[in-house]
Amino acid sequence: MKFGIVVFPGSNCDHDAYHAAKHVLGQEAEFIWHKETSLRGADVVVLPGGFSHGDYLRTGAIARFSPVMAPVARFAEEGGPVLGICNGFQILLEAGLLPGAMLRNRDLKFHCAHVCIRVEQTDTPFTIGAAPGQVLRLPIAHGEGNYYASADVLAGLEASRRVTFRYCDAAGRTTGEANPNGSANGIAGICSEARNVVGLMPHPERACEPALGSADGLVLFDSVVRALAAHASV
Amino acid sequence: MKARVFVTLKPSVLDPQGRTIADALHSLGYTRVADVRQGKYFELEIETSSAEEAQAIAAEVADKVLANPVIESFRIELDQAPPRPAGAGRPQEARLS
Repeated sequence: MKFGIVVFPGSNCDHDAYHAAKHVLGQEAEFIWHKETSLRGADVVVLPGGFSHGDYLRTGAIARFSPVMAPVARFAEEGGPVLGICNGFQILLEAGLLPGAMLRNRDLKFHCAHVCIRVEQTDTPFTIGAAPGQVLRLPIAHGEGNYYASADVLAGLEASRRVTFRYCDAAGRTTGEANPNGSANGIAGICSEARNVVGLMPHPERACEPALGSADGLVLFDSVVRALAAHASV
Repeated sequence: MKARVFVTLKPSVLDPQGRTIADALHSLGYTRVADVRQGKYFELEIETSSAEEAQAIAAEVADKVLANPVIESFRIELDQAPPRPAGAGRPQEARLS
């Protein structure tokens, strides 16, 4: 199984994602430069965290026009699993592969901390290995993670069970204090209508080994390996 | 021809930066500044002498790149080149939001 990890100018979590896929999970992994026009046979695509193009204009606003985004959109359209982490999530929003947009954090501060998120949906390729309601402790590192969507879009996301992760406290309660950035409905991550495209602000790839303080993020990568293996055996 | 593009958050979107600036102004005693909305300003130098074409290009660029229509709206003003003498009228202005 091959992970394709897209590298934009300014990506800085690409090696973390590569490490998680290749060294922790023992899967194939390859970097894909943003100017490439092919995903080189990747079975799963990761848009990693970082500050693509220096966050100029808006986070992810320039990266969405990179040549690689055309094959990423086609891959997503065909049902291929795509995971956008942090800046990768912001790029998916700008590209319209997921709905909504990011605003500056409610308190205008860059948050670098471990937070808890609750797995709300377990029928996406990145969460099938998780238990419903499972609490994951993951790092966040962002200044623009305040998820916004119009009231109609938010209602649609909730009704179609597309809110995949929500900020919560250690006990899994979605309190206002547990929401680090002011995101609407405490949203930490969502999935596409077909559920194969998932974006989240916390960094599962930086929490795949106990030595890093948490191995809770591994379940996302583990899930997609299982999802693809199940798909291949059908 | 120069096009000036103003991008602002939609009224329905909370602007935490504008809010913070307003609070700072209030603490400085500018209590009559009721609210502040922060936005972005772009100057595009467009190689055409046609106002219609400049307007169309600026609008397309603003909609596609400069603004995110989910959270922002934009307004375009065109500067006819060469600049008119003072008092010869205001630059053409178009509002699209």
